[in-house]
Amino acid sequence: MEPLNPEKGSKTRPAFDVVFPTVSRPPPSKTDRLGPPEDAVPPSPGQQFVSGILDTPAGPVPIVVPQKEAADFRGTFRARWGVGRMRYAVDPGLYALRKPTEDSPVLVTANYKMSFDRLRFSLQGRSAWILVLDTKGINVWCAAGKGTFSTEELVRRVDFCAVDKVVTHRRLILPQLAGPGVAAYRVKKLCGFEVVYGPIRAEDLPEFLDAGMKVVPRMRHKTFPIAERVVLIPVELVEAFKWAVFILPALFLLGGLGGPGSFPENALIHGSFAVAAASLGILAGAVLTPTLLPWLPGRAFSMKGAVAGCLTSIPLFAYYALQGLSGARSLEILSWLVLIPAIASFLGMNFTGASTYTSLSGVKKEMRIAVPIQIVSAALGLAGWLISRFLA
Amino acid sequence: MESLVYLKDVTTLHLTPEKCVGCGSCIEVCPHEVLLLNNGKVRILQKDACMECGACARNCPTAALTVQAGVGCAMAVINSALGRSGSSCCTLPGQGGCGCSL
Repeated sequence: MEPLNPEKGSKTRPAFDVVFPTVSRPPPSKTDRLGPPEDAVPPSPGQQFVSGILDTPAGPVPIVVPQKEAADFRGTFRARWGVGRMRYAVDPGLYALRKPTEDSPVLVTANYKMSFDRLRFSLQGRSAWILVLDTKGINVWCAAGKGTFSTEELVRRVDFCAVDKVVTHRRLILPQLAGPGVAAYRVKKLCGFEVVYGPIRAEDLPEFLDAGMKVVPRMRHKTFPIAERVVLIPVELVEAFKWAVFILPALFLLGGLGGPGSFPENALIHGSFAVAAASLGILAGAVLTPTLLPWLPGRAFSMKGAVAGCLTSIPLFAYYALQGLSGARSLEILSWLVLIPAIASFLGMNFTGASTYTSLSGVKKEMRIAVPIQIVSAALGLAGWLISRFLA
Repeated sequence: MESLVYLKDVTTLHLTPEKCVGCGSCIEVCPHEVLLLNNGKVRILQKDACMECGACARNCPTAALTVQAGVGCAMAVINSALGRSGSSCCTLPGQGGCGCSL
């Protein structure tokens, strides 16, 4: 166990006593033990968002463009649709926003381009140093949870980028969501820099800085408003489509089997119906569940998804019920009334990973109950549907 | 709008009050206002709001707070159950199924 840091709690006091070690005082930096970062190269000045080079005591530092350009919009759009999302990264290292001085704040972020963009666009005319950690192109929160946005990476990067040469204060502002990966008291011990946890949202940074680095409770609370949920829908759809691209054609072809008509006739009527019904399940799980999340009943996401699936199957059910059905047709409809909620439940359950408030223990508990039900429903529904084709 | 709360009575968050020195670091990093500083000691205010992100335990200098930290992601649970590399979807190259790149 780490011994207690006696300076904890005196957050506002700058740690100037560890700036320039003298002979009488042992050097505070233990970063040598950690060694240089994995990719010990300075950030490339050739990156799209670099507008110039600032000469500093720590060497040349790329200056970043502080406002959004067409390429950033394009990049965000592509990443939202899952195109090259895992390679949407910037070079780790130190960057300058506008004209930072030795007093300017040092803001730390992940090297996922969208995280970096949020930060550099948020400061509204202020100058700052931006220290980008190597999080393998993953956003702050996920990287902190996975341990790439870590105490060790931060300390190594501070040392490698010689942050102590460009600023006189000894303070690093971290996004609050870096908390799962970074132990503030250990950073202080290892490199002499005090970690100040800033707001969750980069948009709150101006207010935070103007208030003398004070966070109000509102900035500490991670919400999940509808706008944040809706932007996640494209990736949910793309992920669902990776399965659907095999399953939907298979359903179409299976629909051609059995029945009195020819194979193409059957496929066109019953196969198309199956494809449409399965698509309703995808719509319910990947679009309706994220959108209607707080209003769908139940706490478990699998439950919310199943309810969304029932909602989308109502029009389908009503339409065919009004037509008066034969036995085979009834079984066909009934089977899909089981299948649609099962598909929606599974996809809704997968949205736990994108949500901002689900715990691992909770997800495991819900899965222990939901997954068997989903599997049995899917098996019964599929069997019922195939039987209906041969009864016809 | 309703507040979003996940399952009840599941979190592994545990507080040993005798170890707490009241530094408040845990409160600074908790994204769901689970904890409260009361008379120089931290108290668990709304346990069911805990998402086991592990930030409080990571930043607790005396290990007064412990939690089995993890990512509440069904796809990650499936991936690890299937024995795929990494405990989480986003660590798999070309996967990124969780949409967690906020």
